[in-house]
Amino acid sequence: MLKKIVFLLFVTCFACFNTVFAAESGGMPQLNPEFWISQIFWLIITFGILFIILTKVILPKISDNLETRKSQILENIETADKQKEESQKKIDEYEKIILDSKLKAKSYFNEAREKILDDINKKRAGLEKDLDEEIGEVEKELSDLKNKSGEKINKIAAETSAELIKELIGEEVNSSSIAAIVEDQSRINKERKDV
Amino acid sequence: MYQFNVYRIGPEIKLGSVDISFTNASLFMVISSLAILIIFNLGAKKKTLIPDKLQLLSELSYSFVAKMINDTAGSKAKPYFSFIFSLFMFVLFCNMFGMIPYAFTVTSHIIVTFVLAAFIFVGVTIIGFMKHGLGYLKLFVPSGVPMVLLPLIVVIEIISYLSRPISLSVRLFANMMAGHTMMKVFGGFVISLGIVGGWLPLSFSVALTGLEILVAFLQAYVFAILTCIYLNDALNLHH
Repeated sequence: MLKKIVFLLFVTCFACFNTVFAAESGGMPQLNPEFWISQIFWLIITFGILFIILTKVILPKISDNLETRKSQILENIETADKQKEESQKKIDEYEKIILDSKLKAKSYFNEAREKILDDINKKRAGLEKDLDEEIGEVEKELSDLKNKSGEKINKIAAETSAELIKELIGEEVNSSSIAAIVEDQSRINKERKDV
Repeated sequence: MYQFNVYRIGPEIKLGSVDISFTNASLFMVISSLAILIIFNLGAKKKTLIPDKLQLLSELSYSFVAKMINDTAGSKAKPYFSFIFSLFMFVLFCNMFGMIPYAFTVTSHIIVTFVLAAFIFVGVTIIGFMKHGLGYLKLFVPSGVPMVLLPLIVVIEIISYLSRPISLSVRLFANMMAGHTMMKVFGGFVISLGIVGGWLPLSFSVALTGLEILVAFLQAYVFAILTCIYLNDALNLHH
């Protein structure tokens, strides 16, 4: 079966070749010299014209165009670089300004702070001085009071004891002796207290 | 092989006794040249910083060819830029126009490619002798070859140098002819196998069309780059 198919295929192929090439006779037309001169003539004319027009007119234009584009692109790159540099400079300037102003602000702040601290210190010193003075005064008063109060207490005690004695015995006692006793007692009290 | 037939269009033109009538081959040469000129003229017309499509196309082709020449032949080959550019574009457009159905492929004729290759060969040889004088003959004597082998090597070098136009022209012509013949054969299969069996050769035909477009570009590129290499030999003599 397979053999038969292959055989048939070959036969059809052969038939095809025969029909395809049946009309061909006389070999390749390329080797027929009838129109060789004509082909050479027209080849020289067409190719010559093509060559001349391309060389004189079209190719210079294209190369010109390419050159201008190249130079323009280079120029643009150059300006772009320049502008970049400039913008970098501007940025630097701007940053410098910001830094300066920051420093200035800091110094202002510090100045103000010092001033205020100074003020505060001055005021505080004045206040403390005042306070000290007042405290001193008060202390003096207190010590005065203390000193005076001892005497007064003794006096009062002597008077009261004199009166008490008068009430009790109905006789007047020498006030100086009473005062001496009171003083003695208060001293003893004081010593006891101190001990 | 009907597609390769050259026939007269219009009246017979005779220059003396030689026939230089306008043929279908001439027609496609004119069409290709005109297409190149129109496309590149439109592309070169506007001078905008950001190119439009045609301008981009022409500028890309320009820098493509310029880079190709610079890579293979160095900066000395700059004066020959426009020739190589025209050559590359002419071959490329002729090849591409040949891919249109019913069109004629100019480069599938050995006489056309041979004239181009012979012109390149003669031009390169003249440039070589003008630049280096008789020193250009050193091209045939590679350095570092033992004395015993030298006669043989020189003969081989001379033969290879002389066969350059033939190899250059036959490469282009044979590639174009073989591709078109193959497409024709597969097309013929589609017809003779009919609606039942024709699909396979049809798909082959489609694939071949893509391949042929690639070959059309590649052969133009090879043609141009070989020209550059020959030019490099003539300009920078260091074999």
